[in-house]
Amino acid sequence: MTQENPRYLKLSGLEPLVITPQSNFVNVGERTNVAGSKKFLRLIKERKFEEALDVARHQVEGGAQIIDINMDDGLIDGKEAMVSFLNLIGSEPDIARVPIMIDSSKWEIIEAGLQVVQGKCVVNSISLKEGEAEFIRQATLIKRYGAAVIVMAFDEVGQADTYARRIEIAQRSYDILVDQVKFAPEDIIFDLNIFPVATGMEEHRKNAIDFIEGTRWVRKNLPHCSVSGGVSNVSFSFRGNNPVREAMHSVFLYHAIEAGMNMGIVNPALLEVYDDIPKDLLEHVEDVILDRRDDATERLLEFAETVVGKAKESKVDLSWREEPLQHRITRALVKGIDQFIIEDIEEARQQAARPLEVIEGNLMTGMNVVGDLFGSGKMFLPQVVKSARVMKKAVAYLTPFIEESKDAAASAAGRILMATVKGDVHDIGKNIVSVVLACNNYEIIDLGVMVPPEIIIQKAREEQVDIIGLSGLITPSLDEMVFLAKEMERQQFTVPLLIGGATTSKAHTAVKIDPVYSQSVVHVNDASRAVTVVGDLLQKDTSEGYKKSIKLDYESFRDRFLNRTKQKEYLSIEDARKNKLQLEWNPDDITKPKQLGIQVWEDFPLDKLVDFVDWSPFFRSWDLHGKYPDILSDEVVGIQAKELFGDAQKMLRQILDKKQLRAKAIFGLFPANQINEDDILVGTDDKKTSVVFRTLRQQLKKREGVPNIALADFIAPKDSGIQDYMGCFCVTTGFGTQELAEKYEQELDDYGSIMVKALADRLAEAFAEYLHKEIRTKYWGYEVSEALSNDELINEKYRGIRPAPGYPACPDHLEKITIWKLLGIKEKIGVELTDGLAMWPAASVSGYYFGHPKAKYFGLGKIKEDQVADFAERKGIATAEAQKWLAPNIVDAT
Amino acid sequence: MDNVKNTSHRRFHNFLDTLYYLLSLFRDNFVMEAIEDILQKRILILDGAMGTMLQRYKFTEEDFRGERFKDWKQPLIGNNDLLSLTQPEALAEVHRKYFEAGADIVETNTFSGTTVGMADYGMEELVYELNYESARIAKKVADEFTAKEPEKPRFVAGSIGPTNKTASMSPDVNDPGYRAISFDELRIAYKEQVEALLDGGSDILLVETIFDTLNAKAALFAIEEVKEERDIQVPVMVSGTITDASGRTLSGQTAEAFLISISHLPILTVGFNCALGANQLVPHLEVLSAKTAFGVSAHPNAGLPNAFGEYDETPEQMAGQIREYLEKNLVNIVGGCCGTTPEHIRAIAEIAKEFKPRKLAVTV
Repeated sequence: MTQENPRYLKLSGLEPLVITPQSNFVNVGERTNVAGSKKFLRLIKERKFEEALDVARHQVEGGAQIIDINMDDGLIDGKEAMVSFLNLIGSEPDIARVPIMIDSSKWEIIEAGLQVVQGKCVVNSISLKEGEAEFIRQATLIKRYGAAVIVMAFDEVGQADTYARRIEIAQRSYDILVDQVKFAPEDIIFDLNIFPVATGMEEHRKNAIDFIEGTRWVRKNLPHCSVSGGVSNVSFSFRGNNPVREAMHSVFLYHAIEAGMNMGIVNPALLEVYDDIPKDLLEHVEDVILDRRDDATERLLEFAETVVGKAKESKVDLSWREEPLQHRITRALVKGIDQFIIEDIEEARQQAARPLEVIEGNLMTGMNVVGDLFGSGKMFLPQVVKSARVMKKAVAYLTPFIEESKDAAASAAGRILMATVKGDVHDIGKNIVSVVLACNNYEIIDLGVMVPPEIIIQKAREEQVDIIGLSGLITPSLDEMVFLAKEMERQQFTVPLLIGGATTSKAHTAVKIDPVYSQSVVHVNDASRAVTVVGDLLQKDTSEGYKKSIKLDYESFRDRFLNRTKQKEYLSIEDARKNKLQLEWNPDDITKPKQLGIQVWEDFPLDKLVDFVDWSPFFRSWDLHGKYPDILSDEVVGIQAKELFGDAQKMLRQILDKKQLRAKAIFGLFPANQINEDDILVGTDDKKTSVVFRTLRQQLKKREGVPNIALADFIAPKDSGIQDYMGCFCVTTGFGTQELAEKYEQELDDYGSIMVKALADRLAEAFAEYLHKEIRTKYWGYEVSEALSNDELINEKYRGIRPAPGYPACPDHLEKITIWKLLGIKEKIGVELTDGLAMWPAASVSGYYFGHPKAKYFGLGKIKEDQVADFAERKGIATAEAQKWLAPNIVDAT
Repeated sequence: MDNVKNTSHRRFHNFLDTLYYLLSLFRDNFVMEAIEDILQKRILILDGAMGTMLQRYKFTEEDFRGERFKDWKQPLIGNNDLLSLTQPEALAEVHRKYFEAGADIVETNTFSGTTVGMADYGMEELVYELNYESARIAKKVADEFTAKEPEKPRFVAGSIGPTNKTASMSPDVNDPGYRAISFDELRIAYKEQVEALLDGGSDILLVETIFDTLNAKAALFAIEEVKEERDIQVPVMVSGTITDASGRTLSGQTAEAFLISISHLPILTVGFNCALGANQLVPHLEVLSAKTAFGVSAHPNAGLPNAFGEYDETPEQMAGQIREYLEKNLVNIVGGCCGTTPEHIRAIAEIAKEFKPRKLAVTV
């Protein structure tokens, strides 16, 4: 049994284009051709490449499956323009997804183009015009570059203008290509010259029909090849009379396609639907195209006078407004359009016996559609949040009527308490889950951020909630959750507990939370799963079984997890220190900072940070997974990602223009030396002005030759006699976030509120990246000549690190207190630490700077109790206190 | 073109090399038939990671330098390609272990062996020698094994890596039209590597870990030039890299778009390697297998890296996943990339014995 591999023309951009006998006519976009578009020519001449890219993008969005690019103009350096434009297209995934047609009459421009495009292109064009030798040379190179080719019906004698000449040149070209060059026949596309008809000249009468019949012959006699052409030529003599031209194009295409023309350059705006052409016009046009009468041209010219030009206008399609009421409401919810929702809801209210029915009937019907689409992966999170915005507006409009009618409260499917735990301020994820659950008809009681456990307990009782959902982003929140679960057990709660947030994990939930609460505990980290989990938990008939299965699942997960971790071996802290990272303390590796001491930046211009933003995490916060900018062209989430990104850019612009957020930074560079193996003395020996950072050391047993690292290893020891340095910083872009988010919430716009917070977080990270660069190149100045792109910054390709307390290299949050003390952060820029040692405002980043060339990021991993006790002693705190803060990193005794 | 001229005079620097070169011409023609023949009969096994094995030797800066480069101005630790000159015994030993484990093909230690890659160490001038020696070492070991087991001939694939620059992407977000390297620069660099790999005795050329298809096209262009100039045939394997769950190459192409972009020349196999574990490669191999008339190869990583950047999938786990390729009849050549060891290759080779290779399609 052998597979058969049919010979189809296959092209590629970022995505494939395979042209099979079943394919529809392939339309080549022609607007990016300086010869065909005055606008494009002007843009290229004025080097407005951004706008020129929009022309290309517009064509792809409009359905062009290939884009033709031509830079042949006397006033342009065609080679340079071709390369520059193709390079720019390469960075635009929404354009680069389609194959490119490199169009030039100059070989050097074609070759330059072929050298910068990764996909399989089409060369437009080559011919026998300059003789066989040149034809063979070019075809050989095109084959080697991996492109398909358009062959013009042109030879040493001239352009083919009859049926006989067309097939003669086609046959000859084909034979040379296939037999001598070994060119794949499916990669050959013939352009058999489309010339104008109805010019009044006798010799032009057969121009169209000869092309059509030539096409039929080529497709029949030259296996596997394609036929293409520029269609608008045919109607050249009717310039100015678009209705006639449109009809001529349609008629010509209708017959040429039937004869086997399978691709071509057609302006879709100048095309009528064949069946919509008026009978009389159709007859006149076909007479001309098919050369059916001697007087065809005169008759069409006469008839054309009577056909009045009509402008084709484009407008927003509002036809859905004509549909029945429920359709309109559902559509508004699914599409997130709030423009007409109030009038539609008013109409529904007037039809309903009670205003409540509008919510329970019309709106819930629509939201069920949203829920189904989301559940089946056909809608994405940002769309659902927009749907929620429309829903909220509708409900807000109805509320006064409901109160007036003293109607009973809507019967929600369940009541869910949501809270970010004590000491933690992060709520983007929690808000998203809340919105999505609300869309599914659950009543949400959102207690906000930094909610103490006693308040959660009290509110849960008062409101008789069905489920409690806890969220947290920083590691101390994990213990808060354990504490709350214990408290719920003690007070004999029975409601299920949901756990979510960035630091939470199924492992932590199974190992630490599930055993202390005898009721259901479920780890839920994305919004769509939240809906199913809550549904299953509250489903009256089947919830008992579900709860049992969850308990069992967590129990077995816990067993497997503990068995796995037990196998790991740990060193005592003494042995770990013996295996510390030993750097050679070469004075050349240490640079004295250009500016020692503390500096404060008040009100830093946000515009400068935009280029430093790493967008990939932004999409992650909306449950859209993928790397920016590829995510914008992703097959599954691309459209949504693009829309979300567009909204984000709009809001970012507004934030920048109206200065709605304020950015502040504080940083200091100090003399420093490692002391007592694991500590860093910052400042001088003078106890009053100096501080000591306590670092933690890896204790997992390593392979031979791999050290157990602590951050202190990156600083020269005191006894080396070398003066070393380090720094600390705190940046924030969070001032103003709260006010702005609240404004959106008051307008019932959760989408806006979440967006503001997500953007503030990104800006804070960008600020940290920016400041680090300034430190490296200016203030510390050990890397004066650094020239890295944003991607390289994101990938941390520079020298030196900026680890943050609470993150893998130094999971201990307590050291933030030391940083705050050393820099005077609260006093100078107003960023505070909460009980849980989270930063407030939330969009803030703080950390250390290490500048040694060998300094690198690492994960501390698990540590043993001996280091915890040693750490507590060094810090002068109780061991229990240290245990509390380091709990997530301590190897389990169990 | 200067680079090319510089290397061509070196190519004939002594009589033995000339003789070897002439012999290689015969062998190349012979191998093309032989390996295509074998490919129809059984699944061929490619070796596993070279880097992972070399790490076990814990070579120090001094070991990398050897006597010859003891005064080199730049640090050389990490320049694995250089070990072909300074630690040839270790290389031969790794090749030997892979052949013993059941590999039919081993890759030369030349992943970064172009002037582009060697610029990091100021070793552009050594590119010809590095590739030549690396191929020669591998070929010597392969010949030992072929002599012992003539019914199972062993092959050397000259490894051609992606270089550290991309021809179709800008490294600078603020200047998306900028390119750090041009097609011609890559073509010239690859050509020098290809010539040296063939002179050193490579039976196959393996363009691998392709994250930017334009780089690969430059390599294929260079190979065609060499084939034409020498009037020889060389089996070529082409292997791309799907970088993450998005299912695309780093330069943004889908598996099928990648396949179409490199199918213009007669190649032995097309496949994927690196970045993903065996499991994650399945859907992309299915695309290749369904859409190409060429052979299909796969050499995935030993799973995804753990939190410490290490690969901890065991030989049994990995081989178990490779079984799915074989059951679905997806591949003709299979091996391993990052984190795989002779133990992994042994386990894979054992399983591969039970299966017939994927049928090659006939173009109609």
